[in-house]
Amino acid sequence: MKDFKHIGTSTDKIDALSLATGQSMFVDDISFPNMLHIKFLYSPHAHAIIENIDTTLAEKYPGVEMVLTYKNTSRIIHTTAGQGWPEPSPYDTYMFNRKMRYIGDRVAAVAAETEEIAQEALKLIKVQYKVLPAILDMEDAIKDGAPIIHDEPEIKGAYDPQRNLAAHILVKVGDVEKGFAESDVVAEDTFEVPYAQHCPIEPHVAITYLDEYGRIVIRTSTQVPFHVRRIVAQVLDIPVQKIRVIKPRIGGGFGVKQEIILEDVCAYITMKTGKPTRALYTREEEFISSRTRHQMKVNVKIGAKKDGTFNAVRMYVLSNTGAYGTHALTVASNAGSKTLPLYNKAPNVEYIADVVYTNLPVAGAYRGYGATQGYACLEQVVDEVAHKLELTPLEIRKKNHIKSGETSPIFRALGEGREGVTQYMQSCALDELIEKGAKEIGWFEKHGKRTRNGSKVRGIGMSIHMQGSAIPLVDMGAATLKMNEDASFNLMYGGTDLGTGLDTIAAQIVAETLGIKPEQVIVYAADTDLTPFDVGAYASSGTFISGGAVLRAAMKIREQIFEVVREMFGEQDERDFALEDGKVTSKKTGKSVTLSEIAYQTLYVKNQHQIAATGSMVSPYSPPPFAAHFVEIEVDEETGIVTPIKYVAAVDCGTPLNPELVRGQIIGALVNGLSYALSEEYKLTDSGRMFGSNFMEYRIPSTRDIPEIVPIIVSTYEPTGPYGAKSVAEININGPIPAIGNALYDALGVRVHKVPYIPERVLEIIRSKK
Amino acid sequence: MKVRYSINGKKKEFEIEAGEVLLDVLRRNGYFEVKGNCYMGTCGTCTVLIDGLPYTSCTMLAAKVDGSEITTIKGIGTLQNPHPLQKAFVEKGAVQCGFCTPGTILVAYALLKSNPDPTDDDIKKMLDGNLCRCTGYVQQIEAIKLAAKMLKKGDG
Repeated sequence: MKDFKHIGTSTDKIDALSLATGQSMFVDDISFPNMLHIKFLYSPHAHAIIENIDTTLAEKYPGVEMVLTYKNTSRIIHTTAGQGWPEPSPYDTYMFNRKMRYIGDRVAAVAAETEEIAQEALKLIKVQYKVLPAILDMEDAIKDGAPIIHDEPEIKGAYDPQRNLAAHILVKVGDVEKGFAESDVVAEDTFEVPYAQHCPIEPHVAITYLDEYGRIVIRTSTQVPFHVRRIVAQVLDIPVQKIRVIKPRIGGGFGVKQEIILEDVCAYITMKTGKPTRALYTREEEFISSRTRHQMKVNVKIGAKKDGTFNAVRMYVLSNTGAYGTHALTVASNAGSKTLPLYNKAPNVEYIADVVYTNLPVAGAYRGYGATQGYACLEQVVDEVAHKLELTPLEIRKKNHIKSGETSPIFRALGEGREGVTQYMQSCALDELIEKGAKEIGWFEKHGKRTRNGSKVRGIGMSIHMQGSAIPLVDMGAATLKMNEDASFNLMYGGTDLGTGLDTIAAQIVAETLGIKPEQVIVYAADTDLTPFDVGAYASSGTFISGGAVLRAAMKIREQIFEVVREMFGEQDERDFALEDGKVTSKKTGKSVTLSEIAYQTLYVKNQHQIAATGSMVSPYSPPPFAAHFVEIEVDEETGIVTPIKYVAAVDCGTPLNPELVRGQIIGALVNGLSYALSEEYKLTDSGRMFGSNFMEYRIPSTRDIPEIVPIIVSTYEPTGPYGAKSVAEININGPIPAIGNALYDALGVRVHKVPYIPERVLEIIRSKK
Repeated sequence: MKVRYSINGKKKEFEIEAGEVLLDVLRRNGYFEVKGNCYMGTCGTCTVLIDGLPYTSCTMLAAKVDGSEITTIKGIGTLQNPHPLQKAFVEKGAVQCGFCTPGTILVAYALLKSNPDPTDDDIKKMLDGNLCRCTGYVQQIEAIKLAAKMLKKGDG
């Protein structure tokens, strides 16, 4: 690693103490007089048409200001997916509609003086539904004669709505059938992963009000402030100029806040009434009416030569987008594009995906973004190939994984809704990750041993992964820096820190580039009026894109500082200047000037001007971080309970700009993945209603559920990233399902084809084996 | 009806509705440091100390604790003068989004009062009801152990 002063050090997160002392930083930590509270009425039917809706009683209820339905709102078709423009997701949603497509679809909204009044008024809305036959199983969606979920004529961008296909993908490289025929062994298997919810502890919340010029201010818990502005403008049919979006601190997102769910309704009511509004989801609404992970059934077939080299790989994905197609195409694209390039030795590759509409909750973006689902299957089938060839799981991966200097045709063939961009790996420590992880878990002593203690058997499993860093040539971020008299700098950038520490990383990048301390950087992030554009926090783009933009702005400032110093010193060659510890020194003459002196001179004395600059970052590269995961589990053959004992995640994220924050991202993501592997799953009733939409019944892990966790960070230098960094936020959610699946095989000699690995499921397989 | 609390050492009197929970009363009166959401006592985010013991304020009837001493996160430390737990959470990277942090720190505060030298298991048991979706808990546990050390050395 290069010699850095602030990069690679665990600077305290700049907002951490404020958060830990309870400062008012979140969306809902303010209140306005006369604020209206908004509550929603949801469809009790999975598929229905509103035949009649009567809101008169609700409107007359004391304290009610306004009731919204499809009758008094505009019918502008759009997508709620907060993606770049033009959106790759189909336009299939209205603010309110007559047709209900799932239990949780929005029938009406009431704005009232208090939440309680709004809640009471909801009960007074009379709705007559014509109930339609519903699709509650994704495999039924594409059967002949299935009910058509999106039969309205305005729908745009869905692949084949008549067949309930939101998206379809077919990518071929070489000839897989020939490849399988010419292989010495072939393994094929199918795994199914369920609906799951992001569960950020802060739910969706938005507060809107008019500023003194009558513009709408939206204060919202969002990952994508600039997309919120664009999409709300679209839905309200007003210019972007009329809207200001402010992103305060965000209480977690994980993808679910990449959706425009509350903002349009709040903004609309503020526009109509002139009053401030507030909408806050309950935990139940978060489950039934926000967004989920795409349920998928993934089939992988791998053909390999005797020596273990892969000859053909085919992946088929059936993905359930639920009632609306938000992120339908792109999540399914990532299930292939973030997994298949990992095994680039196979000359024949085929990827097919069908994304279907059903009358179930709406899937959207979720950390891992399809890669999680793809790896759940791929990494277990790789083990199956190894087993057939009598190679170890480590050997087969080392033989086939992508290495530095290499590429995969999949990068170009499979983009996000458009053609992809060719990528050559410039940093990849996979071999080292595998070795270090194996050593830490005790692989060589424990694998294949099936140690038993009564009814409890132990097993070891592993898996490897890659992700990406932003969407190449799509994601863009920008940053503006301005200099103050005391050599502090205001950084205004569009990046969205969801708790990951992006603001801190940004301050470190400025500090490193300008020879100051991170404390001298005053970070203000994401206000569409004040900060430059940024696509937002998704696709592992924070450090890479937003951080890259910050670096570019800082480089321009450096240049402007040197310009002043050239004149002050009467020296021309900036290569003679050293910028560190708050001053510029001439290596030739020893002359020195502090940044503060430079700022005073430029602001007050001579050739007066503001030292300031804006940098933008868009990249043709999306360097993947890599990870090797290892887990030791204990399975109780009498109860089916699977207990992870130790989990090792070895990760290459390029330069870890702030190791402590990197560690947090690794552990956080893998614990999130552990619970997806072991407990999280929507239980849906026969009518399509989620059962147990609360933390009592939908279990996310607590302190008592975590095993011993060992994150191992292996530094590499990624030349396309800021100070050598790649992303790290998403990748580690991908490991637990396949690693535990492989460990289950090691312990029991069987595969569990449906996740989560809950006791009753595992027990059933143990019993059927016997 | 009226209730009287001592909040972070200051005497307060509030008008409350019948059946209202403490969380709503506190937030309505500007104690925004108390976060909430689940309203079932399942996530621990809304934890406050009532007469020194941690409770989920979303399930606590406001009337029931009339006359009590209530401590929020602002009652144990401030930006200018943070408690060792708050410092340790920062140092150990245990604050990600920070939404659950006040509740978690208050539970840890109560733990360290009764058990100044907790084991990992003690901490895990005590924090079982405080859900965090960001950190994966490891750094929180490390922070609580660090704070215990700091308190013993008298750094607080």
